[in-house]
Amino acid sequence: MTDELIIADRKFGSRLLVGTGKFSSSQVMAEAIAASGTEIVTVALRRVDIENENDDMLAAIDRDKFLLLPNTSGARDADEAVRLSKLARAATGINWVKLEVTPDPYYLLPDPIETLKAAEILVSEGFVVLPYINADPVLAKRLEDAGTATVMPLASPIGSNQGLKTRAAIEIIIEQANVPVVVDAGLGRPSHAADAMEMGADAVLVNTAIATAAESTKMAQAFKLAVEAGRTAFLSGPAAASPAASASSPLTGFLRDDK
Amino acid sequence: MIGPQLHSAFDIKVILAENRLDDGCEYWLGQIEKTKPADVERALSMPAGHYSFEKLLALVSPAATDYLEDMARQAHQLTIQRFGKTIKLYAPLYLSNYCINSCRYCGFNKDADTQRTRLTIEQALAEADILAAAGFADILLVSSEDTKFVTVDYLTELAGKLRGKFSSIAIEIYQMTAAQYAQLFKAGIEGVTLYQETYNRAAYSYYHPAGPKADYDDRLEAPDRQARAGMREIGLGALLGLTDWRIETLALAEHAHYLMKRYWKSHISFSFPRLRPAFEVRPEQFKHVVSNADLARMIIALRLCFADAGLILSTREGADLRDHLIKLGITKMSAGSKTNPGGYSRCSDAVEQFQVDDTRSPAQIAEMLKSAGLEPVWKDWDKAFIED
Repeated sequence: MTDELIIADRKFGSRLLVGTGKFSSSQVMAEAIAASGTEIVTVALRRVDIENENDDMLAAIDRDKFLLLPNTSGARDADEAVRLSKLARAATGINWVKLEVTPDPYYLLPDPIETLKAAEILVSEGFVVLPYINADPVLAKRLEDAGTATVMPLASPIGSNQGLKTRAAIEIIIEQANVPVVVDAGLGRPSHAADAMEMGADAVLVNTAIATAAESTKMAQAFKLAVEAGRTAFLSGPAAASPAASASSPLTGFLRDDK
Repeated sequence: MIGPQLHSAFDIKVILAENRLDDGCEYWLGQIEKTKPADVERALSMPAGHYSFEKLLALVSPAATDYLEDMARQAHQLTIQRFGKTIKLYAPLYLSNYCINSCRYCGFNKDADTQRTRLTIEQALAEADILAAAGFADILLVSSEDTKFVTVDYLTELAGKLRGKFSSIAIEIYQMTAAQYAQLFKAGIEGVTLYQETYNRAAYSYYHPAGPKADYDDRLEAPDRQARAGMREIGLGALLGLTDWRIETLALAEHAHYLMKRYWKSHISFSFPRLRPAFEVRPEQFKHVVSNADLARMIIALRLCFADAGLILSTREGADLRDHLIKLGITKMSAGSKTNPGGYSRCSDAVEQFQVDDTRSPAQIAEMLKSAGLEPVWKDWDKAFIED
């Protein structure tokens, strides 16, 4: 049985999604994307001229190889996010959108109220919606009820490279979800990505850690391997961890002789 | 140490006044001189990118001079982490140099015997076409205080015609009312840069003897009005050279910190306008000239206190210095700028606001960035945020 990631009935061999910001050039970005093995590449609509096929960044992404996933980074409310999504769909025919509503320009944390509002509108208009959210299990369920294709909880603030600071909440989201859980934002090391996959996340999204590494292509490859390793470990049923060695049974040893 | 940030007042005038950041500032100059290496080390061991008054005070002090390379390294790493290996590019478009103010450092001041020009909408669009052809998507409309000609209606009409060509339109124009800012935001202008010039009240009065700009408080409160109007980008700055740069940096940081806490949806940027030779203005006239080392220190210190603030460097500075400063925290720069109205299309011979030092073309700046391992970013906004 092949282990595929399925989002909105579409199958993907890779469980690593890659973002396109912060790279030193479109060429470096293209090489890193290739090395990552990803099949889903997200692009900020604010950064590209979506109506222009010759846009530097868009031209560097081979649409036959990768699903181009537009994102609404920079939107402050639902109206702006919906407007951007429609613009992207009209220009490209792509009806998938990574929904980001981030009114705070510093930590870029997602607004749960406006995100839910935008998701409801976009789903009703036929979009495949992948919402970026804080690690809030109830919000995740509300979005799933609204018909989103995934939920994308953050591991820690975007670009912070801090790893799984929201572990306890993400564990609950994974336990309760009926849609793929893609851990997004804050994964700064391949080990963080492996950690998320071992926990049972369906996929992860990485950008800053790859784009700002000294050698982006090598780091992209490292994330590819880490995601595969974490996923394989999850599927293998990891051995239980125990706080202490347990050679003897001090509490129940006496029962061994009780025939 | 109790710093101004612990003050409970939610009013920038009160914050500056009660903490003596708007007067002679002798007290803070004394504190700066008393700073010890241990204070600097403590500041540098705090998480990079978070603001405290105490930390900034240490970073601008003489004691920090020996730590400059460490500071620069932190600033460089933090900037790459937060903004990536990129620099945004923008261009100023000067609309008018008619002015009703008398700023003593400015070549446009109303008493200067200089050639004046105002661009009609058509002339401004011709200038903008040249900028768009050079690749710019981010434009800054600049004007002196020409309230009779560069009106809100003029800017609204111009912005409407520029929106198809530029993804981001901002202004650097005289201080306005809340209603005026609101109308401009509706017209598609999403950012405002407005320098306080100096936070020192006495110096402010001296350098701005007449005209609407003479009102310190009204200018100080203008960013509040911009944020309330919905402006996304709010640019702050002190004109470096008017008073001690370290005190101005502390006041500037307090102003930014106040705005960030109060208007959490607006993004704050700092610019670093250093006094430049201008028509009838010579930098030697000014006592507090800021050296390259001081300018670099100010950029680094602000980055170490504000991880996500935009740090903007114009063509006032020379090519060699700019090529170095882009590694120390700068996130956005202008390129190929003309600081006289009509300068791009040469439709007039009007005087420049100040002399541009870095005269390289936009394409040359982009090449320089690429060879420094940085992606020149022309577009980082979209008109669709504002309109259908």
